[in-house]
Amino acid sequence: MPTSKSEPGAGRAGVYDLAVIGAGPAGLAAADTAAALGLRVALLDAGSRPGGQYYRHPAPELGAARPEKLHHGWTAFARLRARLAASPLVDHLPGHHVWAAEAGVPGDERRPWRLHATRGPGAGDRATVLARAALLATGAYERHLPFPGWTLPGVVTAGGAQAMLKSSLVLPGRRIVVAGSGPLLLAAASSLVAAGAEVPAIVEATSYLGYARGLPVLTGNPGKLAEGTAHGARLLRHGVRLRRSSAVVEAHGTDRVTAVTVARLDARWKPVPGSERRIACDAVAIGHGLVPQIELAAELGAETVTGPDGAVALKVDARQRTSVPGLWAAGETCGVGGADLALAEGVLAARAVAGRPDGGREVAVRRRRRAFAALMAAAHAPGPDWTGWVTDDTDVCRCEEVPAREIRAAVAELGAGDARTVKLLTRAGMGWCQGRMCGPAVACLSGGGGAAGRPDSRPLSCPVPLAQLAEPVRSVEQPGPGPD
Amino acid sequence: MDPLDLVGAEPGPARTILFDGRPVPALPGQTLAAALWADGVLAWRTTRNGGRPRGAFCGIGQCFDCLATVNGRPNQRLCLLPAEPGDTVTTQEGHGHADLEV
Ligand code: FES
Repeated sequence: MPTSKSEPGAGRAGVYDLAVIGAGPAGLAAADTAAALGLRVALLDAGSRPGGQYYRHPAPELGAARPEKLHHGWTAFARLRARLAASPLVDHLPGHHVWAAEAGVPGDERRPWRLHATRGPGAGDRATVLARAALLATGAYERHLPFPGWTLPGVVTAGGAQAMLKSSLVLPGRRIVVAGSGPLLLAAASSLVAAGAEVPAIVEATSYLGYARGLPVLTGNPGKLAEGTAHGARLLRHGVRLRRSSAVVEAHGTDRVTAVTVARLDARWKPVPGSERRIACDAVAIGHGLVPQIELAAELGAETVTGPDGAVALKVDARQRTSVPGLWAAGETCGVGGADLALAEGVLAARAVAGRPDGGREVAVRRRRRAFAALMAAAHAPGPDWTGWVTDDTDVCRCEEVPAREIRAAVAELGAGDARTVKLLTRAGMGWCQGRMCGPAVACLSGGGGAAGRPDSRPLSCPVPLAQLAEPVRSVEQPGPGPD
Repeated sequence: MDPLDLVGAEPGPARTILFDGRPVPALPGQTLAAALWADGVLAWRTTRNGGRPRGAFCGIGQCFDCLATVNGRPNQRLCLLPAEPGDTVTTQEGHGHADLEV
């Protein structure tokens, strides 16, 4: 990929060398590396501040003197943020939610990538960015498995509880049960207790035995072990109890949650009758790990791979190239694996886009962390019988209020054999969130297997006001004058 | 310890928003959803079919459970909107367009 320096005149025609979508760890590392190699970069991000979900931090008006208290690896972020702000080659475009990507033709100056973004509700709030190459660093979203009472106020997502804490310094309650599966639960519980909440229990559906099979992988990732140990030590100090092979099978309350019922699970995640226990609480933070957010690339027909937990990720080669020419990907979009991995892949992708050889350090980090990610995904893959705790009147689709009974009837009586048919018959997944919350559960209950499933094909990757779709493209964001 | 002490936050003076006519403090930089959580309020809409209470679920603009009427405009996601002094939040019933029904 030529740079604006080696090719005089390039970057002057309103075309960036690289558009990075997402300003989390992967996107920030990629933008920083690409700019250091002389590329003119547009960094588009839906958020108002850089950092993504992982480095989400308090609004400046809150005057936080020690934001790092709620983070791991804050120094890496602080360095990247400072370099980003100082770089004349990176245009950070906050509040730009990319809803469609039109592929460009590599090497053809007249056919660049076109990234369409919305910036707000007005008809004119749309923007288009032109670039020779695109890099998808859109991260992941949480996977949720419903249970009776999960729509009660006070039941929130583990990631959401963390997001609200990190950005607005608030808690959903004083006594918060943390439940689901995956390492995010430990991180969430750890920050909740640090911020003053009481966590009566972390309810983890797996036994953690999956990790024992991967000892060599574990010892190859001492950083990950240290992180786990740090969370563990803090949780121990606060008397937080970890209940393994268990799940919250019901949340109680009328207008808000007042207690949960926890049951033990067998190896297939079927609740063991008679094992139920009630725990009083005023909030519940739930999550079953993360699923890559890859709609933009899926829409372009990019090849995917299915991970050990059934989650679908983008397939990339050793240089982070997707199967679509000119489209790179880094971080969780290539499979959920954490911030260190995302940082390394961001660097690798940017070096590849710039036509430079790989750095050996990043290649080694990627190898180790990808092995760890595979181990983790396998250890926390939802068991096949989790639907055993979903009663007939549990709302599976939160937006359209579709109970499991209707989904089961669509399958048993109307012969629906996949999530798509179930959706058409019941409206599950057709509401505001477009199936982001219920998609994996609906796929499972439809007999489509895999608690992750293939991402739905959506022509628009986020809600876009109709007026903006109708609006002809007027504003094209252009690279500003560089230092050369 | 509370979240503000943990990070050594020194926000400016709280502003006041109105929730169903009742004053609620909001720190500068907080979203409307956060100001309500800090005040112990977890629900600010009722669902279209079951009339069930809902509030913030995902906290990041993805689930649309946190909809409410803000300054007269229905269907606003409170987890995304920064609290501005004098903002008026009203519990939203159903699709939020009851006033248009005949
Ligand atoms: S809480 Fe999910 S969109 Fe606001």
